[in-house]
Formats: sequence, C-alpha cells, structure tokens
Amino acid sequence: MRLARTMHHRWAAGLLLASALLLMGATGDPTGQRFDRLGHNLMCECGCGQVLLECNHVGCSTSEQMRQELKLSMARGDKDDVVLTGFVAKYGPAVLSAPTTTGFNRVAWIMPVVIFFAALGAVVLVVLAWKKRTPKNPTNSGGQAPEELDEFRRRAREETAL
Amino acid sequence: MPQIGSFTLLLGLALSVYAFVVGLYAIVRNDDRLSETARRAGIAIFLTVTAASAVLVYSAFTNDFSLAYIRQHSNRALPGPYKFAALWSGQEGSLLFWCWLLATYGLVLRMRHKVDTRLVAHASVVISAVQIFFLVLVNFAAHPFALTTGPLPADGNGLNPLLQYPEMVIHPPMLYLGYVGMTVPFCFALAALIMKYPGEKWIHITRRWTMVGWLFLTCGIFLGSFWAYKVLGWGGWWGWDPVENASLLPWLTGTAFLHSVMMQEKRGMMKVWNMWLIFSTFLLAIFGTFLTRSGVVSSVHAFAESDIGPYFVYFLALTFATCMFFYWRNRNHLQSEHKLESLVSRESSFLFNNVLLLVATFAVLWGTLFPVLSEWVTGHKVTVGPPFFNKVNIPIALCLLLLTAVGPLLAWRKTSAESIRKNFLIPAVIAAATGVGLMVYGIKPWVEISYFYSLMTVMLSVLVAATIGSEFIRGGQVIARHNGSNIFHGMYLLTRRNTRRYGGYVVHLGVIVTMIGFAGVAFYQNNEQELGFGDKMAIGPYTLICRSYTQDDKPNFSSEWAILDIYKAGKQITTMYPEQRFYKASGQPATIVANRSTIMEDLYLVYTGKNPENGRPIIKAHLNPLVWWIWAGAHFILVGTIIALIPNMEGKSQRPAPRGQSPGEQAEALVDDAEERGSPVEAGND
Repeated sequence: MRLARTMHHRWAAGLLLASALLLMGATGDPTGQRFDRLGHNLMCECGCGQVLLECNHVGCSTSEQMRQELKLSMARGDKDDVVLTGFVAKYGPAVLSAPTTTGFNRVAWIMPVVIFFAALGAVVLVVLAWKKRTPKNPTNSGGQAPEELDEFRRRAREETAL
Repeated sequence: MPQIGSFTLLLGLALSVYAFVVGLYAIVRNDDRLSETARRAGIAIFLTVTAASAVLVYSAFTNDFSLAYIRQHSNRALPGPYKFAALWSGQEGSLLFWCWLLATYGLVLRMRHKVDTRLVAHASVVISAVQIFFLVLVNFAAHPFALTTGPLPADGNGLNPLLQYPEMVIHPPMLYLGYVGMTVPFCFALAALIMKYPGEKWIHITRRWTMVGWLFLTCGIFLGSFWAYKVLGWGGWWGWDPVENASLLPWLTGTAFLHSVMMQEKRGMMKVWNMWLIFSTFLLAIFGTFLTRSGVVSSVHAFAESDIGPYFVYFLALTFATCMFFYWRNRNHLQSEHKLESLVSRESSFLFNNVLLLVATFAVLWGTLFPVLSEWVTGHKVTVGPPFFNKVNIPIALCLLLLTAVGPLLAWRKTSAESIRKNFLIPAVIAAATGVGLMVYGIKPWVEISYFYSLMTVMLSVLVAATIGSEFIRGGQVIARHNGSNIFHGMYLLTRRNTRRYGGYVVHLGVIVTMIGFAGVAFYQNNEQELGFGDKMAIGPYTLICRSYTQDDKPNFSSEWAILDIYKAGKQITTMYPEQRFYKASGQPATIVANRSTIMEDLYLVYTGKNPENGRPIIKAHLNPLVWWIWAGAHFILVGTIIALIPNMEGKSQRPAPRGQSPGEQAEALVDDAEERGSPVEAGND
C-alpha cells in the first residue's frame, strides 16, 4: 500500500516536473523571471507584511537575506516546490504569500468558487421561478397599449439607428 | 485647553443622548415640539465636536506636549499641514475626526429636514444612536485629550514619515468621508423601514446620499492607492492589505446598491435586497474600522493595537440585531411590485452584476479573515496575500466588465435576439479586432495567464467603450436632428436630460480606463543596480546614467539622493532624483520616489540605500506600463459621479413637442418617458 502510494507520488512529481519543464521550455522562463515569480510567492519576514520582492523597508536586512537564500536555492538547482518547502521549514507556513492547496488551506480556494456558483444558481432559479408567475401589475403606467408602444418602439428604432 | 476639549466631548455625548431619547419619545408621542428640540440638540452636537476638534488642532500647532496624543503624533519641526493632519494620524484623533464628520453629516441631514420632516426625524434618531457610539468611544475608550504621564517632554515623537506627504493630508479625510457618508443612507433606510414609509421617495433621497458617500470612498481609495504608489516605493499601487481590503468591502456593496436601486425606482423590485445592501454597506464600513483598529489582522496600515475592538463587536452585533428585528417585523412592506420575466433583460443584468459584486465582496472578506480562521482551526497562521486575491478576483472583474458592456444595451423586461444582434454586432467586431491587433502586436495570451487576462481586459474595455460610444452617438444624433444643432451639442443635451444615466456611462468609461491601467501589470519590468559616477543601468527603452549623488540636512530630516540622467533612443529626455530621507524626531527612514509618468509607461526610481563600503547609491528601477491610465480613470469616475449628481434638465415630456419634431422622435420621447415611469417597455435603444 505504502509502495503504491510512493509510486503514485513519484508519478505525480514526475508529471509535475515534466509539465514545469514543458512550460518553462514553452515560455522560455529565464532565471530572472523565475526569481521574480518565486519571490512573489513568498512574504518578507521583517514584519512589514509585504511580498518578499516588494518589501519597501529602507535597508531591510531580512528581505535582503531572504532574497540571497532564494538565489542560493535556485543556483543549487532546487525545483520550485523544494525552494518553497525550504522556506516553509525555516520560517513557518506564513512565509508563503498564498494558502497552499492542501489540508484545511484548500477551503480558502474552494469557498469563493462555491459561493460564486451557488449565487449564480440561486439567481437563475429565482428568475425561472418568477417567470412562471403572472406579473402583479401587467398594465403600464404610461397608459399606452402594448401594440401602440410596439409601433412607437419600431419607429424610434428606425429613426435612431446608427 | 485639554479640559475644554474633554468638556465639549462630554457635552456632545449628552446632546446625542438627548437627541436619541427625546427624538424617539417625540416620534412615539407624535410630538412635533419635542421633535424639534431633539433636532436642535442634534445640530448642537456639531458645534461641540467641532470645538473639540479645534482644540486638538490648536494643541498640535502650539506644541502642547502635555497631551499624550500630540506628543505621540507631532513634533516642533513638523510643517503646518502635517500638524493639521495629526488630527487623523492616530487612533484617538482619527476617531474624533470620525465623530466630527458624522456630526457634519448629521448637521446637513437635520438642516434639510423640510425634505420630509417625519422621515428626517426618524433618520435623525438613528444617526444619534451612531453618534452616541462614537462619542462613547472618544470619551471613555480612546480619549484624545488624555494627559502625558511623567515629566513633560521637550519635543514630540513626530508624525510617521510615511504620512508626511501631501496625498496623506487628503487621503484619510476622503476615505472617512466615504465611510461616514454611508451612515446617512443607512439611517434613511432604517428609518423608512421602521415607519413603513410609503412610496419610493426615501430611495431617491438615499440614492443621492449613497452617491456622495460612494464618491468620497472612491476618491479615498484612489488617493490611498496613489499614495502607496508614490510613497511606499515598492512599485505597486494595491497590495491587498487587510486595511485596503476593508475600504473595498463597503465600496463593492455600495456599488451593488447604486445599480440595483434602479430596479426599485423603475419597477418596484428588489426592495428587500436593496434594504440589506444599504445595511451591509454600513455594517462593512464599521467592520472595516474594527479591522483597522482592533489588531485582529496584521496590516501595514493598522493603528496601534488597542482594546476598543470589543466596543465595535458589540456595536456591530446590536446594529445587525436592530436591522434584523425591523426587517422581520415590517418585511411585508418590502414586497416587490413586479417580477423578473427574462434572463435576458436589463433587470437580470443588474441582478447578475449584484451577484458578481457580492461574490467579490465575499472573496475579499474571506481572504482577509482566512488567516484568523486558519489559526483558529489548525493552530497555524497562514498568509493570504496578492496571489490569492488576484486569482480569485480577476475572473470576477472580467465578468463584471462584460456585464458593463452588455447591461446598458439590454431592454427592461425582455430583450429580443434581434435587438441583441443589432446593438452588439459593431462593438463586438471592434473589440475582436482590437484583440487580434494586440496579438499581432506581440501579446501572446497562450504564453502566460497574466497576458491572457490583460488581453481580455483590454478587449472587454473596448467593448464597453464601443457600446457606451454608440449610446452617446445614437442619442446625440437624434437630438441634433431634432434641434438642428451638431452632434456634440446633442450629446451635451442628452446628458443634461438624464444626468444619472449618462453620468453613469462616464463612470463606466472611467472604470474601463482604470482597468486598462490594471492590464499593464502583466508587463512590469524591474532592475536593481549599484550606480557610481557615470555608471549605466538599462531598463526597457531607457538608459540611466548616474551623474552624481549627494546629501542634505533640514530641520525635520536629513536626506541623500542620486542625480540620474535618463536617455531614450540615445537622447537625454530628463534628469531624475530618487531620494532617501531620515526623519530626526521619529528616527525612521523613508523613500522619496522619482517617477516619470507618461501615457504609455512610468519610469519609477527608488533609492533603496547605499553600499556601506564605497557609499554608492543602489537604485531600483521599475518600468510600469499604463499606470497613468489608472489615475486618468479615477478622474473620469469623479466627473461621471458629479454629472450623475446634477439634477436633470427639465424633462422633455413636460414641454410641448417642439415644432418640426418627427414622429419617430416623438415616439422615442414617449418610449423614453414611459420607461422613466417604470412601465414595462422594451427599450433596447435606451
């Protein structure tokens, strides 16, 4: 069972690596862009509450040290997940600038999507339910008969068309 | 002086209690004389809170460090405008400022009581209750006139350097005007619900107040963004910080209300929805204040941690319970007069617009509070930063853009397929052509998701611009033909006749201009380098050459800066001076960004420090495309909202038809008038 799981993980990791390489090949992701991307996935730990590459503290030694660590890890040839795991091991989970997609953190990503579709579904259901009912006040307050308005509308369109 | 300040604040509290209790009693007893005394007490609150605010400002200008607040937030060398700004720079002062703004809004509300005496009497009682809460806070929890303990210091700690910028003198008042401004619509809404106000007059009054509050909130958010961009030196303008998010929450629900209220006015629909949107906007404004001041979430902007958080929690709970009680009691009063009949109609576009805005509100609120929830559940705090908010909110924003394009061209009740084809064909072709043009130009949406988002943003923005443009042109042509004037005069008259609709379109134009500015984010570039005399650094089409670097000393701060000549295509175009300051009183450093803004891009230079070994400056250069558009869009939004606030020119239905008006134009006027009155008309061209 454990062996199967390990194999499964290896396959998944291999697939992930292959996709990453493919993507990097396709986008020509150079070191600068990778540094920029990874640096935006990390928070500065100086207490500024900002993304690592956006810490604006003048002469911030923490962000400088973290940037060096990032460069070092990249130079070692660490993969993205290894780089990020290294930072989590050293600074704790709050060093990542967004929740991961594992464990309870998944809820952070799922909830907005669930709410979006639930709200959309609710609106469609409400509109469909309303459509079935007869309007309470079918007459128009302008006093014109619907056919009369149709004629007005047709003429208005003719004369106001671009 | 501190005693005068304390006394006036206590007097203000006593007056607000009087305005609330006696106002309520007068309503129950239907006693106009007592009600008038309550109204006058309400007006007097403004005088007392103004006096207290004046005392605090005077203390700042006279360097009265016997007041703990002045000692914490001012110093002798602080320039005058920033001493004035000290009023809202700390917890206690900003709450006093909040009280003053609330008292000012209360004054205007009570002075305009003749608009509807009974409705205003009810609203006045509600606003008095809110005033009691804030005056209790400044009297007992965050007293701005508390005295310094220990020996009197020779100088104060000074104002936070990040706040010593002109934008920072305007940004907080604008934001507070927006936050506090949302109290007035809330008061009218609750008053109307309590008294089962007949008709929709209250909604007309409320809409105007909401637009004013929304306008200030919008200005406050943009100014905050502009300040962050110009001052914080990280090259961005929005960091999804909890305090920034807190300002966005009531803005989103307020925007939803400004759209859905049209359905109530035109068709008597969504009354419950609108009522709760106003309630939510007010509750979120208070909730945002709670977030900023309680220390629940960590933020760059937050005030020092204090124990006023529980006060806000009780107030929020009490307000929610009150809203719920009166809603439950009088819910029959809020029944819709019409039902939605089609998924393809103006009504449903408003409904979907509201859904998207509320989902965005939820996403922002959820992301802001998730770290607290995560810590509570797992014991570990996680960070929810820009990557989360961007991933969740960008698709929602794109859907909203699509609706902004589609909504105005849909008819009330039901839109035919022919109408859709006729109205959207040309704008859709223009938008598609723009997309193709951009891809040919070199934007490859398949390379990176951010490019895809940028391309979609620009295409949808063009679609919106084309639909709005066609609305103006079509209407302008009809009026020009009718008056024998030119099309521009026709458009002007069109706007004057329905300021709200066409002002709204100008706001939409502002939104798309801003969105195009946002689209530039995908193409940001930056570079950092140490620059000695004559050293070069390249970024995009620019070459920076360090001419020199130097330093200076002033009473309030010492500074050092670099002098950089900027070349483009081999030609010098300007010289820029990125600077770093060290504020003496607070002992804190700050950057002064050098920015060259053009319609295409900003060259944004930050003096990040110097090499301690050789003293050479380290310069970080950002090339930020299209940022200018963000601020330009803000101006459009400002102008559009002001247009929408101007009353309409006398309606054409009230005048006899001018000589020479064609049957079609008369027909258009009739259809227009019928729609204005809320009749079930398909008005695809309106």
